[in-house]
Amino acid sequence: MLRIKEGGLSTTVQDTGRFGNYHIGMPPSGAVDQYAHRIANFLVGNEADAATLEMTYSGPTLEFEEDALIAVCGADMSPSLDGEAVSTWTAIGVDAGQSLEFQFATEGARAYLAVAGGVDVEQVMESRATYTLIGIGGYEGRTLEAGDELPVGEPAADAQEGATVDDDVVPDYGSEDTIRVVMGLCDYRLTDEGRDVLLGTQWKISDEADRVGYRLDADVDIQDLFEEREQPFGAGTDPTNVVDLGYPIGSIQMAGQPIVLMRDAVTGGGYATVGTVVSPDRGTLAQGRSHETVTFESVSVDEALTIRESWNDQLDALREELLG
Amino acid sequence: MADNVIIEAPMPGVFYRRPDPEEPVFAEEGDDVDAGDKVALIGVMKSFHDVTVDTDGVVTEFLVDNESEVEAGDALLTVAPS
Repeated sequence: MLRIKEGGLSTTVQDTGRFGNYHIGMPPSGAVDQYAHRIANFLVGNEADAATLEMTYSGPTLEFEEDALIAVCGADMSPSLDGEAVSTWTAIGVDAGQSLEFQFATEGARAYLAVAGGVDVEQVMESRATYTLIGIGGYEGRTLEAGDELPVGEPAADAQEGATVDDDVVPDYGSEDTIRVVMGLCDYRLTDEGRDVLLGTQWKISDEADRVGYRLDADVDIQDLFEEREQPFGAGTDPTNVVDLGYPIGSIQMAGQPIVLMRDAVTGGGYATVGTVVSPDRGTLAQGRSHETVTFESVSVDEALTIRESWNDQLDALREELLG
Repeated sequence: MADNVIIEAPMPGVFYRRPDPEEPVFAEEGDDVDAGDKVALIGVMKSFHDVTVDTDGVVTEFLVDNESEVEAGDALLTVAPS
């Protein structure tokens, strides 16, 4: 059992997501940085789909009721156990009764706490991921608060204290600002110049960037990027409106400003989505802090598939190394 | 009297001196405050972080304007410990 003493700014139980329900309007939720989430799990002997705690900017304070094996990956929040600093990206043994505390994130926006056995809240539609907008999954469908008690599952027998990863596996969150996108579905609505502006602008991550959408600011009038046309029947009157369509996860919705739709986002609607962030780069974007800037780089579908394949290969190799 | 204590923003976001646009400010310059009192908020990712003072004292100066953008490490206000 994990006892939450302070919830932190926004801490939720997350996993690899709730799949297969997009057609009924249910987004997948799950850890927005799957890279850090999965490596944290592998370090403590869990499979990728075990639930971790996703901690945003400021982590929770929590107490362990039993001995545990934990790992913290992602944004650097300087975790400490009973006041003693502990390593990140490393499996750490915890004694029953010890308290884990975090500082504010200095690089990156989100850290993941994995516990051997996984956070064992009840599954909803085959996932433990929290979807706070409708209050399902995770712990009572909400962010954690003082007094919450989270069950922990049965650890794998051979999970080892001290397991760690090479330094080159650990991202440098401050330096990565290129987000690769496949243009479409509605980029035909942009003028050539509009496309150049979208790809040539340094977009600033707004204060309202969250698990639903990363809102991006710049001194750009979005309507000016679009071809003029007589709006078709069924589309709204704004030039950025189209006849309703499904929104790919990671798509860039042009709703007054570009909004990259994240894992808790609406699944469809009538705004033009002009590009889709390749899946590994959604994790990079999710580590982007408010006021940092990002630039979009256009890649082909083939390049996107190669990027995803090498991401999968890297994680498979780490899983093999850590879980055997 | 001890030196003024500077309270810094622990995260980037928007600095708010009121709980709600219609409500009074949490504290004015010159107000007495107790350790743990909330004196401002930082809004980020549609969540709000409470800015609290960690000593008893008097708020001497707000260094940033209400609803302005702040970065992690920015000095927000000063408190003279009593």
